[in-house]
Amino acid sequence: MANVTVQSEKEVSWLRQAWARIRKIHPVFPVFLIVFLAVGYLNPKFIEPNGILIFLRRAAPLGILAVGQLFVLAAGGFDLSVGSQVTFVVIGGALLINNDPEKLTYTLLVLYGIGILVGLINGLVVTFMKVPSFIATLGMLLALKGAGLYWTGGAPRGYLTDNFRQFGRGFLEPVPVVERFPIAVVVLIVVVAIAAYIFHFTIFGRQILAVGDNPVAAKLSGINVRRVRILTFIVSALCAITAGILEGGFGGVNIIAGDGLELQAISAAVLGGAVLLGGRGAVLAAAAGALTLEALFNFLNLIGQPEGVRDVVQGLIIIGAVAYAAINARRR
Amino acid sequence: MTRENKPTNEPVMEVRNITKEFPGVKALDDVSVKFYPGEVHAVVGENGAGKSTLMKVMAGAYIADEGDVLLQGEKVQFPHPQVAQEQGVSIIYQELNLLPERTVAQNIFLGREPSRFGLVDSRALNEATLDVLERLDSEDTISPSAMLNTLSVAEQQIVEIAKAISFDSKVLIMDEPTAALSSNEVDILVRLVERLKARGIALIFISHRLKEVFDLADKITVLKDGQLVDTVNPKDVNTGDVIHMMVGRELNQFFPPLAEPGDIGDTVLSISDGANDFLKNINLELRAGEIVGVSGLQGSGRTELAEALFGAEPFKQGTLEINGLNTPVRSPAQAIKLNMGFVTEDRKSQGIFPNQSLRDNMLVTVRALQRLLAQVKRDGVRKNPDLVPTLGEQVDVRASGYDQEVQYLSGGNQQKVVLAKWLAPDTEVLIFDEPTRGIDVEAKASIHEMIRDLAKQGAAIMMVSSELPEIVGMSDRIIVMWDGTITGELPAKSSEAEIMVLATGYENGDKKDAELVMESKS
Repeated sequence: MANVTVQSEKEVSWLRQAWARIRKIHPVFPVFLIVFLAVGYLNPKFIEPNGILIFLRRAAPLGILAVGQLFVLAAGGFDLSVGSQVTFVVIGGALLINNDPEKLTYTLLVLYGIGILVGLINGLVVTFMKVPSFIATLGMLLALKGAGLYWTGGAPRGYLTDNFRQFGRGFLEPVPVVERFPIAVVVLIVVVAIAAYIFHFTIFGRQILAVGDNPVAAKLSGINVRRVRILTFIVSALCAITAGILEGGFGGVNIIAGDGLELQAISAAVLGGAVLLGGRGAVLAAAAGALTLEALFNFLNLIGQPEGVRDVVQGLIIIGAVAYAAINARRR
Repeated sequence: MTRENKPTNEPVMEVRNITKEFPGVKALDDVSVKFYPGEVHAVVGENGAGKSTLMKVMAGAYIADEGDVLLQGEKVQFPHPQVAQEQGVSIIYQELNLLPERTVAQNIFLGREPSRFGLVDSRALNEATLDVLERLDSEDTISPSAMLNTLSVAEQQIVEIAKAISFDSKVLIMDEPTAALSSNEVDILVRLVERLKARGIALIFISHRLKEVFDLADKITVLKDGQLVDTVNPKDVNTGDVIHMMVGRELNQFFPPLAEPGDIGDTVLSISDGANDFLKNINLELRAGEIVGVSGLQGSGRTELAEALFGAEPFKQGTLEINGLNTPVRSPAQAIKLNMGFVTEDRKSQGIFPNQSLRDNMLVTVRALQRLLAQVKRDGVRKNPDLVPTLGEQVDVRASGYDQEVQYLSGGNQQKVVLAKWLAPDTEVLIFDEPTRGIDVEAKASIHEMIRDLAKQGAAIMMVSSELPEIVGMSDRIIVMWDGTITGELPAKSSEAEIMVLATGYENGDKKDAELVMESKS
């Protein structure tokens, strides 16, 4: 028994290999399928191609936020400021663009610039001032919301032009098979693809997991822990700005556009298997977590549950995830 | 009230046949000691000899598996340290247990403040505190209303003692009371000990500084590997005798052969006059092909030396040369670039990434040298794509596959993964801190052989260890540390006793004591 050295993967029988593959499938995918089909059962329109696309369009901002949140969570942090960032994009975007469709590029650049700045500040406060990220980004949530209100003079002003709103509500057409394809879903797919590449196939992605798993060992192994953590906050902020731009296409210019999205994003990422306190997570699963959550909200709506139930479900998911992480941490 | 208690023949406290086991180790094995009132009793022994465990059993922090604790002739069992304290047995740990943001008075009477109408009666509190401090003759130096964090370490220790006294302690246990004190402050403590002694209190203290032990103690109990060696009167023995009682065991472990003179090459790394917050006056050379063992007791600065060389807690002064070039190392990342490796003491908290695969654990150091957005290679780097299987064979790791998460491996295999991580880059200087702590005998032997093989292949190796047999068995040269500095260098195959002399604070100049040791050796 003592002499079993590392087996080469070829020696493992194909049956065990297949089983290993099945076991590797993240539970969020079957869970999503079940919730999705349940909604479809109650509302058959939902699982028609167009219904699916509309659902995906609605879920796109949350999916993008969940992916951004995953980067921070996997490195052992939290980003509670993303909801405020979304709000900031909506009301700030309206001010910046000032009813002039020509200013679209300028507005987007400024918004992304602000995003990078916010992420940088979050990261610096957490790494250099050693403020727990939970507190630091909670402060940012408030500060950013206040700053947005101050900027608009107390109440949201202006409108988002149609070309701005196109990202969230627009369609690409004509497209074969489904005729028209939501731009928001294209954005979601692109973001998920880029994020998945960075997270799963680059040194940066591996270092995020290492930092989240054991920051002391990471530092002693030559990883620039601060740089990695700061960058995760910037990634999260870039995702939040993108989500905000999509969100701007859905609703009006109001100061509650992004309220609660930060907690939804965290719930989504942990549904997708990201471990709070870091060290584990997958991009596709986090995005699937967002879709599951969105489908769950749909489901609760359809069976006539009030909005309160939504929040209860979300709260339970977060408490459950933290408890799970804490139990795991203790076991080690 | 000058109540003089002459030492009597009745022990105030006694332990009989105490045995205490922890998973995998017998910390105490059938230990019996008697403690008399008005007597200062020192407990000495190597790291892991069982000193602290014994103290904790006496103070109610641990419950013995077997044996009895007797207080004034009656069997007692303390379920909790507080119960022991209420019955007159107090313990003062090395890490003081005080609240920095509270006053002296509040600290001493924490949880039992005198009250009036349900409120704390500050005047009574301060008076009671003054009364306790008077008993220690410290009422002039320490004010009851002083904030604790404005006091020196020695004064804080007096407050701890005052707190113990306020419980009417009959037995006062101190775990390395002088470790954090300057020599001036030690004098204060010594006077305090004399006063407590005169009051008939039984004082028990653990110390690594044998000089102090001989200056202070009326009795010395020596423990080794959890067993009682003897309780002696310091008048009947000398330092050498005590050291020999502390060490000296059969070498029943196999170690690979030491380096031949021809195997040892050029100096790879040297530090002169190195110093930082924990270290001073460090002069050391590491040579290719040589294993330098670093010995020293807990708190001697041996781990700090490793961390300083590797840039985790960099040197602030001194000249560090690597391959003859002046190269300050300011961070672990820089150390890795300079082909240094550091196998840390605490595998779990500093070595492994438990949730990551063997692969990712082994490759973390080479990947740290790559660009952030470079694509990961599954099993290695571009120059060496099959690094993982090569390393896996080299360190002989046993796992179900390289995808397995490291948390599921045994301690020995985890250590091999950590080792692999440091072999992945072309390491020239390897620092080991307690390379075999907490792993089984078989894995130990194979790690020892690996370390020797690395030296044979030309690596310069520094091995920090608290296990004397390991130091003696593995080292081509031995460095001994004490109090943040190197107290001496010994050749290969030096005895455990010779190491212990230097490790207990007898510097090279202190010839008399060293000679004593050598005499009693024969």
